[in-house]
Amino acid sequence: MSNDVFTRDYIESYSTQQQEPTWMTDFRLKAFETAEAIDMPKPDKTKITRWDFDTFEHVTNNQSAKQITLNDLPEGIKKFIDTEKEQNLLLLRDNVREYVHVSEALAKQGVIVTDLQTAIKEHADLVKQYFMTDAVSVNEHKLTALHGALVNGGAFIYVPKNVVVEEPIQTIFWQDNSAQALFNHVILVAEENSEVTYVENYLASETEAKTVMNVVSEVFAKANAKVSYGSVDHFAHGTTSYINRRGLAERDAKIEWALGQMNDGDTISENVTHLLGDQSVCYAKAVSVGRGDQTQNFTANIVNHGKHTDGIILQHGVMKDKATGIFHGIGKIEHGGTKANAEQESRVLMLSKHARGDANPILLIDEDDVTAGHAASVGRVDPVQLYYLMSRGISKQEAERLIIHGFLAPVVNEIPIEAVRKQLTDVIEGKVY
Amino acid sequence: MSGSTLEIKDLHVEIDGKEILKGVNLTIKGGEFHAIMGPNGTGKSTLASAIMGHPKYEVTKGQILMDGEDVLEMEVDERAQAGLFLAMQYPSEISGVTTSDFLRSSINAHREEGDEIPLMKFIKEMDDAMDYLEMDKNMSQRYLNEGFSGGEKKRNEILQLMLLKPAIGILDEIDSGLDIDALKVVSKGINKLRNENFGCLIITHYQRLLNYVTPDYVHVMMQGRVVKSGGPELVERLESEGYEWIKEELGIEDETVGE
Repeated sequence: MSNDVFTRDYIESYSTQQQEPTWMTDFRLKAFETAEAIDMPKPDKTKITRWDFDTFEHVTNNQSAKQITLNDLPEGIKKFIDTEKEQNLLLLRDNVREYVHVSEALAKQGVIVTDLQTAIKEHADLVKQYFMTDAVSVNEHKLTALHGALVNGGAFIYVPKNVVVEEPIQTIFWQDNSAQALFNHVILVAEENSEVTYVENYLASETEAKTVMNVVSEVFAKANAKVSYGSVDHFAHGTTSYINRRGLAERDAKIEWALGQMNDGDTISENVTHLLGDQSVCYAKAVSVGRGDQTQNFTANIVNHGKHTDGIILQHGVMKDKATGIFHGIGKIEHGGTKANAEQESRVLMLSKHARGDANPILLIDEDDVTAGHAASVGRVDPVQLYYLMSRGISKQEAERLIIHGFLAPVVNEIPIEAVRKQLTDVIEGKVY
Repeated sequence: MSGSTLEIKDLHVEIDGKEILKGVNLTIKGGEFHAIMGPNGTGKSTLASAIMGHPKYEVTKGQILMDGEDVLEMEVDERAQAGLFLAMQYPSEISGVTTSDFLRSSINAHREEGDEIPLMKFIKEMDDAMDYLEMDKNMSQRYLNEGFSGGEKKRNEILQLMLLKPAIGILDEIDSGLDIDALKVVSKGINKLRNENFGCLIITHYQRLLNYVTPDYVHVMMQGRVVKSGGPELVERLESEGYEWIKEELGIEDETVGE
C-alpha cells in the first residue's frame, strides 16, 4: 500500500499499546507481511484502482473503557435502541467499548457478548480458533490482509450448545470522530442446537471527511444451530468501505441474513455463506440504496457443499442521482451437493436517468441432481403502477414513496429488532428523498 | 343542481400513434347512471383510460371538463381530487404495499394535511365496506392486488369506490371474469352509492351487469364513437337482437377501430 504511516514498528507498538498477547501481535505482523505482498481485490465490473483506501486515522483512543449509561447517548444513536426493554447490547464509540450489557440469565448460561479486544484477553482460545481461520482468510487479498494487521475493534458473540437466546443481541459501532477508520471484526459462534438473533448498526455522522472502513464478520452456525443476522450499514459519503460478511453452516444449521446496505460512500460489500453440512439452509436478503455519485459493488453468494442444502438470495436495490450499483448474485453448487437448491433474485430500481444499476446473476453447478433458479431485473418505477396509485388521488411523490418502500419491504420486514427496522425505514426515507 | 358534471366533447385519442377515439361526446351528471356498451375493440376502455389520464393514451383533440374545469390540464392525482374515479379493468399489482396502507393513503390524499382519518375510524369504515362486499378481511393485509384472483381484484376496486365516494365513478368492465355471485355482490356495492350526488359511467359488453345495476342512459360505441344512445330499453333490444341491427342501420361493416 502507498500509505507509509503503517509499518512493522507501528503495528508492533499498536499491539503493545492494546496490551495484546504475543500470538495476536504475531498474527498482525504476519498479516502485514502478506498485505505488502498481495494485490487488491478485483470486484467484477467495478474498477477500484482510484478508490482511496489509504486516507484514515487508525489509532483508537485506548482509555480504559468506561461504562456510560444509555441516557448519555445523543438522540441520533439512542433512537436505534429499544430502551423500553432490557437490552443485550454492546456499544463501541470509535471502536472503544462504552457500554455492554447482557441479561443475567444469558450470562449464567455462558453466553458471551463482548468487544473483540476484551475477548482476545479473556477468551483467547475461542478467538484464536475462529479469528480469520476457517471463514475469512488473511490471504484473500490486500484488504483482508490489512484487516488482519490493523483490526482495531469489533465484537465477539458466543452462544453455547443448546442455548436459545430469546431476545436479540445488538451491537452499535458508532464512528464519532469522522476520520476514524473502523477495522472492525465480528465473530459470532452459535454452538450445536443453539439459536441467536443478532443485529448490528454501523453509524456515522454525515460528513465528507476521508476515511476507510474495513469490516469483516465471521459467523459459525454449528450443527442444528440457527443464526439470524441483521445489519444496517450507514457510513458517510467520504468513507470508502470494504465489508465482508461470511457464514459457515454445518449440518441442519440455518443462517439468515437481512442486510441494510445504506452507505453513502464507495463500497464493496460481499456476503458469502458456505452450506457445509447436509440440510443446511441460508437465506441471504439485502436491500441497498445508492445516491449522489457513489459506486457500490454488492455480492451475495451462497455455496452449497452439503446434500439437500437450500440457498436463497434476495437482493433489492434502489439507485438515484448518479449512483452506480452492481449486484452480483452467485449460487454455486459443489460436486456432491445432491438435491441442493440454489435460488436467487436480484432487482434494481432506478430513480434517475443518470443512475446506473446492474444485476449480474451467476449459477455455477457441479452436480447433476439439483434445482436452481434465478431472476434478475433492472428497471424504472413502472408508470402504470404510478398511474394506478395516482388515480386514487395520491400525489406522484407519495406514490413513488409507496412503490419504493414496497420494493424494499421483503428485506426491511426481516430485520429482527423493531427499533432497528424503523431506523432502517427512516434511513431509506432520508436517502431516497 | 346537485353533484358534479363530467362533459366529454369531440374527444380524439391516440395510442402509439393510432387513433382509437374519433370524436366522443358524452355528458354525465350527478345522480345519473350511464352505460356504455359495444363489442370488443370499439374504444370503450380507451375512453375510460383517457378520462383518468393513463400515460399511454394521448388526447389529440377535444375536451374533458369536470364542472367546467379542464381535466386534460390536470395530473392524474388532480383528476382524482376533482372527484373522478376509475375502477380499472386491470388494476396494478404493487408488491410490498398492503391493501390497507394503500386505502388509508388514498383516503388521506382526499383530506387536508393534519386532518388524516383517525386509524380506528379508518379500520371501521374499511371493515364495514369489506363486510358489505363479502370480502375476506385478511385481504387488507395482503400486498395490493398481488396474487389476487380476478374476482378479488374487482371487489377491491369497488371497495375503493365505496371508501373514496367520488363524484363521478367510471367502471371499466367491472363485470368481466366475475361469476354470478360475485357479480351480485359487486352490483350491490355500486347500487349502495346511488344518490343524487353520484354519477356513474359503466362500461361493459355484457348486459348481465345491467340486470342488477339499472342505467338511466345507454350508449353504444362503435368505431371510436358513440353511435347510438337511448334509455334502458336499449339494453333489452341489444340482448335479444345483438349489435347487427345497429350496424345495418348505420351502414357499418366493421365496428372495431381499425386493427
